Amino acid sequence: MEKSVKQIIEKYGTAQTRLMDILIDTQELLGFIGKESVNEIALALKMSQVDVEQTITFYHFLSTEPRGKYTIYLNNSAVAIMYGQKAIKETFEKEVGIKFGQVSEDGLIGLFDTACIGMNDQEPAAIINNRVFTKLTPYRAREIVRYMREGKDMDELIHESFGDGKNHLPSLRSMVSSNIRRKGMILSDKYIYGSVTKNILPGILPEAVIAEIKHSNIRGRGGAGFPTGLKWEFCRRAKGEKHYVICNADEGEPGTFKDRVILTEKPELVFEGMAIAGYAIGGDEGILYLRYEYRYMKEYLEDVLMIMRKNNLLGENIAGIDGFNFDIRIQYGAGAYVCGEESALLESLEGKRGEPRDKPPFPVEKGYLNQPTIINNVETFATAVRIVENGGEWFTQFGTEDSTGTKILSISGDCMFPGVYEVNWGFNVEDMLDMVGAYNVQAVQVGGPSGTLIGPDEFHRTLGYSDLSTGGSMIIFSKQRNLLADVVLNFMEFFIDESCGSCSTCRNMPEVMKNKLVKIISGKGVKSDLTDLKSWGKVLLASRCGLGQTAGNPIISSLKNFHHLYDELIQKDKEFDQGFDLESSVQRACKYVNRVPKFHHHE
Amino acid sequence: MSKPVIATTSLAGCFGCHMSILDIDERILQLIELVEFNKSPIDDIKTFTKPVDIGIIEGGCCNSENVEVLRSFRKNCKILISLGECAIMGGLPALRNGIPIEECLHEAYIGGPTVQLNKEHILPNDDELPMLLDRVYPCHEIVKIDYFLPGCAPRADLIWDALVALITGDPLKLPYEVVKFD
Repeated sequence: MEKSVKQIIEKYGTAQTRLMDILIDTQELLGFIGKESVNEIALALKMSQVDVEQTITFYHFLSTEPRGKYTIYLNNSAVAIMYGQKAIKETFEKEVGIKFGQVSEDGLIGLFDTACIGMNDQEPAAIINNRVFTKLTPYRAREIVRYMREGKDMDELIHESFGDGKNHLPSLRSMVSSNIRRKGMILSDKYIYGSVTKNILPGILPEAVIAEIKHSNIRGRGGAGFPTGLKWEFCRRAKGEKHYVICNADEGEPGTFKDRVILTEKPELVFEGMAIAGYAIGGDEGILYLRYEYRYMKEYLEDVLMIMRKNNLLGENIAGIDGFNFDIRIQYGAGAYVCGEESALLESLEGKRGEPRDKPPFPVEKGYLNQPTIINNVETFATAVRIVENGGEWFTQFGTEDSTGTKILSISGDCMFPGVYEVNWGFNVEDMLDMVGAYNVQAVQVGGPSGTLIGPDEFHRTLGYSDLSTGGSMIIFSKQRNLLADVVLNFMEFFIDESCGSCSTCRNMPEVMKNKLVKIISGKGVKSDLTDLKSWGKVLLASRCGLGQTAGNPIISSLKNFHHLYDELIQKDKEFDQGFDLESSVQRACKYVNRVPKFHHHE
Repeated sequence: MSKPVIATTSLAGCFGCHMSILDIDERILQLIELVEFNKSPIDDIKTFTKPVDIGIIEGGCCNSENVEVLRSFRKNCKILISLGECAIMGGLPALRNGIPIEECLHEAYIGGPTVQLNKEHILPNDDELPMLLDRVYPCHEIVKIDYFLPGCAPRADLIWDALVALITGDPLKLPYEVVKFD
């Protein structure tokens, strides 16, 4: 590892587009990015200091203040809290003697909250110095703090209690479990890596690869469902100096973790899919944009890439095809949900704040560095390999007419066997609940907080683009859960934290809606609050990106499907109540000027 | 039918909205034909003397007196209108909302660069004075408001058209150029 900011800059060069890499390495080297570092980086990259600072402050895992020798990022997602996060949080606070958001006086330990880290099937979980600690208990939390005080290294903290699958590999040494419960064409062990590249690509033109993908009818697995074949075709046709292949592994939607499992168990498949895409669109550079939460896979994934290069599956004249050059590098995010939106991801890749771009132009025309770019989800690339192997026609036998193939679901919450399930599209929710052992189910959050919350009346619905569309996140809530206070409110807070702040709608309305929800939960709500929420939520559709447009969904969808929960809480005898209390609102000013509040109760 | 009764007040505002009411110029003579004024700075009637049809509120609430006046308007008026930016959103006074009230008072009476005469650091705490609220509230966060007329100040034409529409029951014409937000 580089030993100074100077060396880090030397490693990445002085192009402004590599600012993120430089900042991340600096953060890891020094524990923060202080004024001196900012100055040094700004000078080297010929940027203003505020431009460097605005990028730093945009990302959750970058900081201008020290965050401790050991930095504990404890996940505060709804499922983590359902599994006892509060007790872990209290234990950490008590043992370290500070509150969350602070660093201990000796600079040893920092405690911070963080949004869903992709471990919903093994919560409560935390990231400590880029290593993931799963299934935390108060005992474990106490022990971790004790070990830190004793100066133990990270490997000793892990206890060699590695997860299943490949997590025990020396390059991973991770506590994370893959929890694969059901395999299909992607998670199957039958495919021999590289066989499509070596055996099929030499005999098939790029246009024919695109034709097979189009014929398969596969749609993007990230959630939006854009036809993959069309995307590749548009990009191939677009004129540019260079074409790029980008794999979106930002997986930030709370409750989804299937990309983490695919990248742990089948990274070769993903990388091969990217190379095939490169062949198809005529690009020689691929980038895996990996969320920082999965930084613990860095060494492992670099090893996989190295082996693929050795086997001529990446590099120059791949598989002996003259002129088929393709290589992949990994670039990291730094903690920002909005970077899963493809144009925000591009901004982040170029070293900037991850604020979504105006569209059009779409990335297929002007993407990374303004060149034609395809951005696909991890699962899409993995699936593409199997399509080219077996043909588009073969693929259409799985799933339904408008949703072909399989889908890997990340299932968590109140069920016996949370984990990853690969199923054919067209699966219905009822079967899904029976498959995972979920009983007394009150609700299922389909597609994460930005998706829909459905109740038993709708469990007959099927998973697919024409009915219940999902990027894969399925969170189950049993009857004993308080949906509004423990789930909907948590989701709203998530969106408020993650808004990039660009559009006033998304910057303000989720906060306004959350305040109303808090008011309703506290028993001060009236009927007009519900009508306000319904009509105001629509304002969010004016936002530029999907995050803003869906930021009100937790409330909008629970109001629609769980109206009775709201009705039970609002005051029936009052038309108007904004929760204003004169006596309490004058307390602070009166106290400061040393005065006893007196109230005249006029007629 | 007797003439509709109107009341107006200025809470935490600058009286700019009332100036805008007066800006209807000679139409004020027409207005007097149409309506009767009760409690209002315009005729200087200090207390409600009869039930009122339309109450017009300028300014938000920054202290206990504002709240009491606003509540008495709600009690005495059938219809309440929030007139202008401060009543609707808190306006300029609400700039203090991001700063703790203690800091505001300290800056105003003790620490501010222009505070020189207050050598004994006296803070206003006489019982006769209204008590400051922790923040400035828009009117609709205190009582139910029926209509909102935006602007800083709202144009005289907008006020005139709105009042005429309310009194005659005709629909209000709101051409784009009439609605001004700043």
